[in-house]
Amino acid sequence: MAGPVRFLSPQEHAVLEAACERCIPATDAHPGARALGVADYIDGLLGAFLVDPPRIWAGGPFSGRHGGEPGFDTYLRLSSLEELAWRTRIEGSQGIPERERLGPVKGWQQEYRDGIAALGADYCDCDGEEQDRRLDALPGFKALCYEHACEGAYGAPEYGGNRGGAGWRAIGFPGDVAPRGYTDAEVSERP
Amino acid sequence: MSDCDAAIVGSGPAGATAAHVLTEAGWSVIVLEKGRNHLLDLEPPFGPLGAVSNDELKLTRRHFLGPDPWLEPRTYRRSASDGDRLETGDVNNLPSTVGGGGSHADGKLPRFREEDFRILSHQGAVEGAELVDWPFGYDEVEACYAEAERVVGVAGEAGANPFASWRADPFPMPPGPDMYCARLTSEAATRLGYHPYRAPTGVNSVEYDGRPACNNCGFCAYYGCPIEAKGDPVAPLRHALRTGRCELRPESVVTDVLVDGTGRRARGVRYLDRELDLHEISARHVILAGGAFETPRLLLRNGLGNPDVVGRFLSFHFQTFVLGIFDHRLHGHRGRAVTHLMDDPIVGDGDVAAAARDAGLPFLRGGIVEHGAASGPVMEALHSPAGPMHSRLMVDSPLRDCMAAFTMQGEDLPVATNRVDLDPQVRDVYGMPAGRVTYAPHRHEVACAEHWAPRLELVMREAGAQRTFWATSPALPGTRGDLPGFRAPMSRHIIGTARMGDDPRTSVFDRWQRLHGIDNVMCADSSVFPTSTGYGPTLTIVALAIRASRALAGLDPLRSNRARP
Repeated sequence: MAGPVRFLSPQEHAVLEAACERCIPATDAHPGARALGVADYIDGLLGAFLVDPPRIWAGGPFSGRHGGEPGFDTYLRLSSLEELAWRTRIEGSQGIPERERLGPVKGWQQEYRDGIAALGADYCDCDGEEQDRRLDALPGFKALCYEHACEGAYGAPEYGGNRGGAGWRAIGFPGDVAPRGYTDAEVSERP
Repeated sequence: MSDCDAAIVGSGPAGATAAHVLTEAGWSVIVLEKGRNHLLDLEPPFGPLGAVSNDELKLTRRHFLGPDPWLEPRTYRRSASDGDRLETGDVNNLPSTVGGGGSHADGKLPRFREEDFRILSHQGAVEGAELVDWPFGYDEVEACYAEAERVVGVAGEAGANPFASWRADPFPMPPGPDMYCARLTSEAATRLGYHPYRAPTGVNSVEYDGRPACNNCGFCAYYGCPIEAKGDPVAPLRHALRTGRCELRPESVVTDVLVDGTGRRARGVRYLDRELDLHEISARHVILAGGAFETPRLLLRNGLGNPDVVGRFLSFHFQTFVLGIFDHRLHGHRGRAVTHLMDDPIVGDGDVAAAARDAGLPFLRGGIVEHGAASGPVMEALHSPAGPMHSRLMVDSPLRDCMAAFTMQGEDLPVATNRVDLDPQVRDVYGMPAGRVTYAPHRHEVACAEHWAPRLELVMREAGAQRTFWATSPALPGTRGDLPGFRAPMSRHIIGTARMGDDPRTSVFDRWQRLHGIDNVMCADSSVFPTSTGYGPTLTIVALAIRASRALAGLDPLRSNRARP
């Protein structure tokens, strides 16, 4: 379930949470990014290698939500090459030759550190309009943040977001349902 | 004394089928798979590993089934005028894992039709494309199709498709349940005079071959099956392993086919293991089954095969997506991703003939139309805007739960300049040149999309959609979807890059899928298809792999259970 803050400082986490809330705002019918734990999801991704096995691929075959033994919480091992790829993506190439085969890579950790810093230490205290203005001034960071916010809002809760499956509930999506699945009538008939 | 009778490069539908047929015939085989094994235990009784799951992040966002586009980038350009490349990374990647493309497919497994095997004779030539007849006909393959349906386990309904070619046997299983949204769209299509039918699908509708019936979990296309209700390619792979004559080595990247001093015989393969150490295997035969992207890449790297043809005639399917937004929920997340097909755009009608004349083309052949639904909520969210609209759209779900989708897999004409070659700069993590795709559709494909999209929108409206729109893959320049990172085709159907034929001057493999000039190298995958047809390639890959592997092992050709009607 939603893990503790790992990579970002509490201040950075708070700014990220506020920025994500602008991307996925709360409405009467839909919890916002804050309530969904989207920043925890992103923090979990940035700190994926602080645990072993890394939090990249949740296990299987079932979550236990609809029968079967819960397996999603047990993360799967990466091969050494897969670890190279994911560390490069997350930590950046940092001048390490084997990570620079396709050129230098600025990792997500640095992207978030820089993006959060650029939003300003007072970001949480700004009104919504000002928060949007600052986020829109960083289109690359906003796009990255939104992509991960969508994953965090509607991915499996074991990755740290979508707290308690609230993202799925809000949109009428049952999430993973194996091994129960659906009956033939549930597949074929109008709900 | 060789290490094995056959070294098989790739463990997808092609390689798994070859392994199954050859081990049953008493051969020893070593299957080398460059990807990881998440499919089945490699020790008896070869049970499931339990790694695949209903997990949208793992399967669609985090490259679980491979290839990781940073480790194994591909490059893409539309034509040489784009420079060396337009994109680097994921270019129509099929999974690279034990089970290959079979592991992610939702298993729609139609047969081709008789005319597909003699397309040039049937339709005539078209300027700018190299249409050819296949070196054999449907009648010669019918029994192999039946065997493929038995091995994989295909659920379907004989006679449901009025355009289907003859078949000697019933399907091994009855069809599974119809999706609600496909009922709406297929009933509407019938009312408008089209001919939808329940899709032949390699998903168990009842227990079959020791694997359970599908539980309709809905995580089908792009997902491996957590309960093994999908037969391809776990069924042939497990059968091969159980003979005790098949060894499967994952994370084994074949770098070279080794050829003896005469240049006329292969003696084995060289590969890198997971520690990046090089090994050699000696084999009496080498079977290429890496798919129509990796097979020509290997041949080009090794300088094997007719250099004027290898890599050329790359075909995908030119996909037209017609999307309908309904005023109520369709629960497309329940059941298999597609449950109905229709062949009408392939068969054509008077309207199509007139449209072809207007376009200055001798014919228009579209492709099979899949009746299905939209995909998961992360994908939906990524297609929704950030900000105040986000949460409202996600709750109302016009782009997922209220959406039905047609995908037309348009026949993609073979064009010599559409090809796989080796990128001059970009290398993969193994130090080998990345494969590069140069591809632009023939104007025939574009004309088909423009003809059929509005007609399919009418079907959507007849089914009750309030709003409809359409798009293609690859996106036409200047249209919706023509965005950096999304310009390469996305069909996951890759075909034709080392075509077979009787004339070594114009083909790479012969009619038994043996390499011209080195006859102990066989290709089991869709590289050998001379044309793409408008149907998904997998069942034909399996059928042809059965046919060619049986011939290789000296077995009699399979005969149909009854004569052609």
